[in-house]
Amino acid sequence: MNLLNFFQRKPTAPVARERLQILLAHERATSGRPGLTNLLKDEILAVIKKHVAIDPEKVQVKLDSHSGVSTLEIDIEMPVQPRPAV
Amino acid sequence: MATVLVVTSGKGGVGKTTSTAALGVALAQAGQKTVVIDFDVGLRNLDLVLGAERRVVFDLVNVVQGEAKLAQALIRDKRVETLSLLAASQTRDKDALTEAGVARVIEELREKFDWIVCDSPAGIEKGASLAMRFADRALVVTNPEVSSVRDSDRIVGLLDSKTLRAEHGDKMEKHLLVTRFDPTRAERGDMMKVEDILEILAIPLIGVIPDSEEVLKASNLGAPVTLSAPGSAPARAYAEATRRLLGETLDVTLPAEKKSLIGRLFGRRVA
Ligand SMILES: Nc1ncnc2c1ncn2[C@@H]1O[C@H](COP(=O)(O)OP(=O)(O)O)[C@@H](O)[C@H]1O
Ligand SMILES: [Mg+2]
Repeated sequence: MNLLNFFQRKPTAPVARERLQILLAHERATSGRPGLTNLLKDEILAVIKKHVAIDPEKVQVKLDSHSGVSTLEIDIEMPVQPRPAV
Repeated sequence: MATVLVVTSGKGGVGKTTSTAALGVALAQAGQKTVVIDFDVGLRNLDLVLGAERRVVFDLVNVVQGEAKLAQALIRDKRVETLSLLAASQTRDKDALTEAGVARVIEELREKFDWIVCDSPAGIEKGASLAMRFADRALVVTNPEVSSVRDSDRIVGLLDSKTLRAEHGDKMEKHLLVTRFDPTRAERGDMMKVEDILEILAIPLIGVIPDSEEVLKASNLGAPVTLSAPGSAPARAYAEATRRLLGETLDVTLPAEKKSLIGRLFGRRVA
């Protein structure tokens, strides 16, 4: 390793971590292990359902991760007049 | 009550057999009646790592097929008296194992032992699925490397769906054992950190075993590190993981970086 390389080199571990997070989010979704997305979706919905009656069909959840930042997007269509569930 | 523990990973060469042997010894040293079973039919190695290769007469396949009694196939360790080995067959293939046969063997072992540690073969085929099938708890052995982590994730999924416990809706307790960890490379940023692996796999950590030449020396001798080099870093890490398996709560010690001479001279801060 020459000196120039030594100062310029970028650590590779964060790349490994990032690639795995993206890959596994996909593989879990397709192979049965409940992924984080599904888990979050279920639990968040459970909380919301305590207060508002919502149609589970009208809920969109998206989990993304780019360069170390994960974003969770939840889109819930609420009934016009929120009413307490049961 | 007996505990059936499967040592599994998906990927080969990550340290399952090494860990089964080291933990088997440590459990037995703690006074637990322990049996280690090699499920790697056709490629047996646990006998070698435990230094018992010349004592194998009957093996797991013989017992499953009813060709030998369990008592004839169990090999008592000569150094730790509460440790026994049930070897794999070297000449048969994995189809020689049947689910009913393995179930019967495990049932019989449950009456005699406190810990039944199943060393899984690599892959997700029959051998690996039978090794995990009857487990109560699982040790997922993972190296800080992308393909190993990915395969472990797959195995976690199988543990949660394809084991008897999972099918009965019972909880399958899983533990992450990171092996072949090199703190110097992790510090340099070229090996994933333990926290990265933990975050990705999301199962509790039971230990971190450093990459160490002591492990090679131990397998040369046929005596796991916990027996031949109890003061060494990997042996201490295995001993610690064993205490946690036995229910103690203690913080996981991360392997410390070995300071090079230069590092020491310049007093460089490490891990
Ligand atoms: N902590 C470690 N440090 C150094 N070498 C190790 C370590 N753990 C395992 N090894 C080596 O890695 C190789 C594969 O280990 P093994 O236990 O046979 O893996 P597996 O059973 O998962 O295929 C062996 O040569 C073993 O000596
Ligand atoms: Mg092996």
